[in-house]
Amino acid sequence: MKKTNRHLGSRVLRWLTWLSAGLTALTLLAVLAYALVRGLPNLRPSLFAWHYTSKNASMLPALINTVTVTLCTLLLAVPLGVSGAIWLSEYAPRGSRLVALVRLTAETLAGVPSIVYGLFGFLLFNVTLHLSYSLLSGVLTLTIMVLPTVLRTAEEAMLAVPDLWREGSFGLGAGRLRTVLRIVLPAAAPGILSGVVLAIGRIVGETAALIFTAGTAAGVASLLTSGRTLSVHMYALLSEGMYMDQANAVAPVLLALVIGLNALSRRAEGRLKNR
Amino acid sequence: MKKGRLSERAMRVVFTAAACVCILAVALICLFLLLQGIPAIGEIGVGRFLFGMTWKPLENKFGILPMIVGSLYVTVGAALIGVPVGVLCAVFLARFCPERLHRRFKPVVELLAGVPSIVYGFFGLTVLVPLCRSLFGGSGKGVLTASVLLGMMILPTVITVAESALRAVPETYYEGALALGATPERAVFTTELPAARSGVTAGIILGVGRAIGETMAVVMVAGNQPIMPDSVLSGVRTLTANIVTEMGYAADLHRGALFGTAVVLLAFVLLINLCFRLLKREART
Repeated sequence: MKKTNRHLGSRVLRWLTWLSAGLTALTLLAVLAYALVRGLPNLRPSLFAWHYTSKNASMLPALINTVTVTLCTLLLAVPLGVSGAIWLSEYAPRGSRLVALVRLTAETLAGVPSIVYGLFGFLLFNVTLHLSYSLLSGVLTLTIMVLPTVLRTAEEAMLAVPDLWREGSFGLGAGRLRTVLRIVLPAAAPGILSGVVLAIGRIVGETAALIFTAGTAAGVASLLTSGRTLSVHMYALLSEGMYMDQANAVAPVLLALVIGLNALSRRAEGRLKNR
Repeated sequence: MKKGRLSERAMRVVFTAAACVCILAVALICLFLLLQGIPAIGEIGVGRFLFGMTWKPLENKFGILPMIVGSLYVTVGAALIGVPVGVLCAVFLARFCPERLHRRFKPVVELLAGVPSIVYGFFGLTVLVPLCRSLFGGSGKGVLTASVLLGMMILPTVITVAESALRAVPETYYEGALALGATPERAVFTTELPAARSGVTAGIILGVGRAIGETMAVVMVAGNQPIMPDSVLSGVRTLTANIVTEMGYAADLHRGALFGTAVVLLAFVLLINLCFRLLKREART
């Protein structure tokens, strides 16, 4: 072992891989540390005032809008995605053309840039369906955007449920639907949940798909009025250029949300593995 | 197996319909963008739109070649920075990383993927841009800064896909190389990495797809001048940045040209997706 390590090229390569891993960790550390150092001192109570004014640039309305948008999007995307996944894993005939097409389009959707979703949502919901700039329009756009995430993770989770359980259920006289609802779904729940958390992460972090659909109004919005989520709020503050302190303060809040969601997702996955 | 129950049959239809929403969504996205973009491109002229050097909406000049080149420069730059680091990091994680460190490192990569792009943009604007300005002069915004930032952003994608490709290579390859007297590093780089080539490439392509579609972070650090970049320090505007900066106030043909920009962007992304699919299929066989 000693002898092989004296080979210079090998040592350089080993060293390079360590360096790359270090750089990767450093990247995350730099982004996090910088956001915290710059952001935390700027977190003032006035940033959580109920009403947004041009003086306080409060982020509370944006925070509330973020919760509204996230909940409504999940309300649409989760049933849709899980139903689609049920069809793919439980009903679809093996090797059917339709399955291949659904997989292909889901993969395509996952790769479409968020700005394209923004333009599409603007054209379909704001222009064609006359929703104007509204949270609803943003919610519908985001639903399509996170659909492939929910679909794929739910399908994987359901495929991981052993066939023996299904056969047992059939053997006891249950129909396919009852088997899916009573046996497969509960068993796949942690996996589905981790997909949902991933989707939440994307919704919370999304900006480009929302500025042309939900708009950038700064107040607390109802579903039919324009409003900005926290990410859009940060973008608006940064691009206006007058509220750098306030924009700094949004970063740690956003990151805290994302880190919390990541921890949740890992716990859900852990539970899946430990079973 | 004949099913008499109504609910059983109804739900089957519901589930099938839900799965088909993906197909519908892709069809609608293509349809709407093409309906808006193609007539405008036609009016401007395909050649003048795709290869026109000047973008001056006020003078009715809509050439997006600078933006296409800008997107390509920035994406290639991101790949030059992100791919070596990402692939080497994947090698590290798949082979050299001690088990206990690996458990700590996985969340780092996941979190890196989870950081919102606006936060990356903020980091780029307030750290990388001043850094670049003090090192090289100029405004600090440009191809180089955008490439570095995008390189950081595609790391998690490249690492995740490349690592799973490397782990899928049979252990015997590595052991065989060791038995022939190769050092562990040599075994990894001359047998495992070539064996995982298509998977690793797929990860790279996925990362490139992310980079070309990224909007919010790039718009903050690229400078956004719609002119042909002549050095790595000069400001560029990408296709995505073109849409996001002007969509707010564009009208008529100008708006159509922006949708046309989106069509070109979508074409790039679909092409990249196609490459990804082909490579993945190759990796499986």
